[in-house]
Amino acid sequence: MRRVTWANLLARKVRLLLSAAAIVLGVAFVAGSFVFTDTISKSFDSIVEGTIPDLTVRLDGSQDGGGFVVDDRTIPASLVTRLAALPDVARADGNVEGQGLFVLDPDGKLIGGQGAPTLALNYNDAPSTTGEPTVTIGRGREPRGADEVVLDARTVEGSGFRLGDTVEMVTAGSTPRISARLVGIADFAGGGLAGATLVLFDTPTAQRIFLGGADVYDSVAVTARDGVSQARLAADVGPELGDDLQAVTGDELAAETQSFIDTALGFLGTFLLIFAGIALVVGTFLIVNTFSILVAQRSRELALLRAMGASRRQVVGSVLTEALVVGLLGSTVGLLLGFGLAALLRLVFGQFGLDLSGTPLVFEPRTAVVAYAVGVLVTMVAAVVPARRASRVPPVAAMRDEVALPESSIRLRLVLAVVLALAGAGLMALGLAGSGTTGASLVGGGILGVLLAAALGAPVIGRPVVAGLGWVFRRTAGTVGVLATQNAQRNPRRTAATASALMIGLALVTTMSVLGASINTSIDVGVKKEFTSDYLVTSPTFSDFSTTLAQQVRDTDGVGEVTQMQSLPVEVDGDDVFSTAIDSASFTAVYDLTMVSGTIDVEKGEVAISQDDARDADLSVGDDVTLGFPGGEQDARVVGVYEQSNVVGGAVLPFTTLAAAQIPRSDSAVAVNAAPGADRAQVGERLDRIVADLPTVTVQDQTEFIDAQRAQVNQLLLLIYALLGLAVVIAVLGIVNTLALSVIERTREVGLLRAVGLSRRQLRRMVRLEAVTIAVLGATLGVVMGLLFGTVLQRAFVNDGITDLSFPWGRLVLFVVVSAVVGVLAAAVPARRAARLDVLRAISTE
Amino acid sequence: MTHLAAESTPTRTVAARAVDLRKSYGRGDAAVDALAGVTIDLYAEEFTAVMGPSGSGKSTLMHCLAALDSPTSGSVLIGDVDLASLKDKALTLLRRDRIGFVFQSFNLVPTLTAQENILLPLSIAGRRPDAGWFDTVVDTVGLRDRLSHRPSEMSGGQQQRVACARALVSRPSVVFADEPTGNLDSTSGAEVLGFLQRSVREFGQTVVMVTHDPVAASYTDRVVFLADGEVVDELRAPTAESVLETMARIQLRSGHATGSTREP
Ligand SMILES: Nc1ncnc2c1ncn2[C@@H]1O[C@H](COP(=O)(O)OP(=O)(O)OP(=O)(O)O)[C@@H](O)[C@H]1O
Ligand SMILES: [Mg+2]
Repeated sequence: MRRVTWANLLARKVRLLLSAAAIVLGVAFVAGSFVFTDTISKSFDSIVEGTIPDLTVRLDGSQDGGGFVVDDRTIPASLVTRLAALPDVARADGNVEGQGLFVLDPDGKLIGGQGAPTLALNYNDAPSTTGEPTVTIGRGREPRGADEVVLDARTVEGSGFRLGDTVEMVTAGSTPRISARLVGIADFAGGGLAGATLVLFDTPTAQRIFLGGADVYDSVAVTARDGVSQARLAADVGPELGDDLQAVTGDELAAETQSFIDTALGFLGTFLLIFAGIALVVGTFLIVNTFSILVAQRSRELALLRAMGASRRQVVGSVLTEALVVGLLGSTVGLLLGFGLAALLRLVFGQFGLDLSGTPLVFEPRTAVVAYAVGVLVTMVAAVVPARRASRVPPVAAMRDEVALPESSIRLRLVLAVVLALAGAGLMALGLAGSGTTGASLVGGGILGVLLAAALGAPVIGRPVVAGLGWVFRRTAGTVGVLATQNAQRNPRRTAATASALMIGLALVTTMSVLGASINTSIDVGVKKEFTSDYLVTSPTFSDFSTTLAQQVRDTDGVGEVTQMQSLPVEVDGDDVFSTAIDSASFTAVYDLTMVSGTIDVEKGEVAISQDDARDADLSVGDDVTLGFPGGEQDARVVGVYEQSNVVGGAVLPFTTLAAAQIPRSDSAVAVNAAPGADRAQVGERLDRIVADLPTVTVQDQTEFIDAQRAQVNQLLLLIYALLGLAVVIAVLGIVNTLALSVIERTREVGLLRAVGLSRRQLRRMVRLEAVTIAVLGATLGVVMGLLFGTVLQRAFVNDGITDLSFPWGRLVLFVVVSAVVGVLAAAVPARRAARLDVLRAISTE
Repeated sequence: MTHLAAESTPTRTVAARAVDLRKSYGRGDAAVDALAGVTIDLYAEEFTAVMGPSGSGKSTLMHCLAALDSPTSGSVLIGDVDLASLKDKALTLLRRDRIGFVFQSFNLVPTLTAQENILLPLSIAGRRPDAGWFDTVVDTVGLRDRLSHRPSEMSGGQQQRVACARALVSRPSVVFADEPTGNLDSTSGAEVLGFLQRSVREFGQTVVMVTHDPVAASYTDRVVFLADGEVVDELRAPTAESVLETMARIQLRSGHATGSTREP
């Protein structure tokens, strides 16, 4: 029996390869995701290891709100001196951690920006826990004085700076632009910076730019004397610190940083694995189909084996062994390909600023285990149904000319499909009624159910589509069309299963494009309603900018009302709420928020809350709340509740509250109206000129703002399309596979058709039309499903900003048309193969 | 011996002709001459049988004549067209329009009904069927009430009659049939043979048929005997007895054991 299995595998190398292809792609994606995320985490591990000192002294609360809110509190230099004098301390170095600084490349373009951050620090040679300095100067020398700067090696290489060049930088501080001479190139401990840009000044310069020039620091790195443990060091340092300071040991800080990174990477990993899962589900269809066809083709041989006394178990075993070999083979190739994919991902992410070229790809044994487990398991599971069907071939079938495999009842399938569809619909309804993540996952589960139901029921629900296409083909291609349609209808399950793979891919693509269109429409509607100023000054890098800019805007000719806004997370009764600080007098002159109750006119000690946040926290006008800032808490009274607004977010407070919280003023946005009678376009041009040399700031009118927002959505969509593209590729492989196998299976028939006069061209067209039938069937079902899912998801996210539903009809039609074209392409090889068949040989094939 | 044929029927038109036809398979020591120089004229409006021991080259001859295979040397003419001069496209057209073929088994497209199968060559060619001729053919094969059935719903004999009807429906110059009754019992076989005979006698078709069965051969006008790739004898107006006699003689003469494994 084993001999027979092997002979089969070898005799059908091509088929083996085709079915392995699905596994290869799926496994490659799984392995690639793992390798890539492992590589990222390794690269961050070395950064963490190479940069953390024995002990860090920092301001209490400076890590709250994700560390995004930076207040004015500082550590005096005197403390650094005192710490350095302690018996267990080898040295103590004050650190300045600058925020909001960006480097411009020699062409004046922003380096980094939306991707990895720019770290602006004072230069010192304080060692990390490894004993090596965190930063070493590779070439040149360290910075000295106000007009000298050192950049990291990768930034210098990437931008083309040379030692001695002048480097332009923009800041969020009171001097928006500074320039300095590049005197050195720094190497960062741990190999790479993951794409971050490192900017080093000497300590007085850093203090001047970021800390107002006082001899103070943001944190202190404390290094232990030889043989002193981190715990002893902490005990030694602790009593020296006031209430607002905190000592964190290297181990603690490493753990803290690690968990922070893991959360972010975990998200990325899950994101990638979801797509790997989709690819595998689609691949499963392909494998089920391949094995079904292979078993069908071998049914006579299997019957012969049964007639000669092979047991059912042996037949099942034979098919499953074949699956095992395919699974192992596919997993191995997939694993190798996964490395390629990881390298590709590294390249792509490098483009977006996450540069990992310093870290070699990481291979964890876990990656191989998961790859093989997934690959082999999926193949075996997919082969079980065909194997069982194979075992039901009656021995007498060996005596017959044509063997029809016993088909499991279509009734059972339909019943299952209906049950799944109902369950799916139920889950969706529940999800829509619910809210938050549970709601979304219920909807997701429902979508999966309906999708599987559609795949199961496809032989039946696909009938009208196939019949319709058949009608068209009969009209346009005559007999060839009839033959093609009948070939597609001959085995509805096979056609449907092949189409289902494409259906799943296209359903997801359609869902995403419906969501994308809805998001874009919602942006349109929302922005048109809320963007009430003539112009808005914002930062595409989401970094605040200097308040001097607003002053410049006010001084511009033709400018009327101007209002400044500073957005930041604030804890309202312990919950992080994205809030905006305003000056209510000028704010109300530009914006007219719809109030549910009370007023937006907030004074010190007052706050206005959005309707949703007020409901969630059970607040109403007159209630008292506690506002939490990194440096401490403040009490405030709710004076207004307003309808949801993207302009201000969840809470509105006055600038005076920020001042009390020691948070330095900067602007996140400045809304500008042209003065009555002024030429709007001219005002716009003047504003553009103000921000011309500030790449971190843009001036947009309503249309430009909408376009920018849409561009972001579309970029994300593009990324998701690219990832879903993998599933579609696998589906197309499935079509190629099914057609190729069908052609092999119908060799005799093809010969017969040729013998009665079908030309090669007509034969090719026949195979192509069959492919188009499958592709259009899959595409149509997929698009219909996608419309349904997109609508449901839009409903589910209606409170998260996707307020309006919109169908991108043009694009959907394009999907179907492209699918048809892809079908034609998929048919190319099988069609050629069929046409090349020698008539006589074909006729005499057993 | 081949000259006999040419002399006895000097006035008839030739529907298909083979001249010094040779076909070898394999190379060197392993080479097999399936056809070792066959020259034969097949006359229009005649029902010819080709007989001979298994492996004597009958199928090979049919395939070469029907433009399904190309000979190693020698030429084949259908009417006055030399097949050697035709490329694949022209050969396809020739097969489609001027030749009919009936195989021993697996003759029909399983997805098509009997009627669609019969009309297949015409619809491939994009030609309209001649309604009168179609009716005649269908009535002759006696399949009027089976036209909407698919192959799987028909007996072997019925399927083979459909295949014959298909071979005839486009009024080809010549129909080749390789053991059309090989898979049929004697009753079904008689139905098929009767139909082929009528199509020649009543409608002036030309049919060439390979058979192992002396009774089947007795339906024909002329029997050509092959042995070891050569034409060794022929009979006109054969009867089952005269065919049997000739076959026995050939087997004796050729001397070597020509297996009869494939004979029913
Ligand atoms: N494709 C092939 N390759 C090699 N040899 C072949 C091939 N086809 C036929 N032959 C050989 O050519 C010879 C004639 O074969 P052919 O099929 O014409 O015999 P036949 O007279 O039709 O026999 P049968 O009565 O058994 O059908 C045989 O010896 C056969 O072995
Ligand atoms: Mg033969």
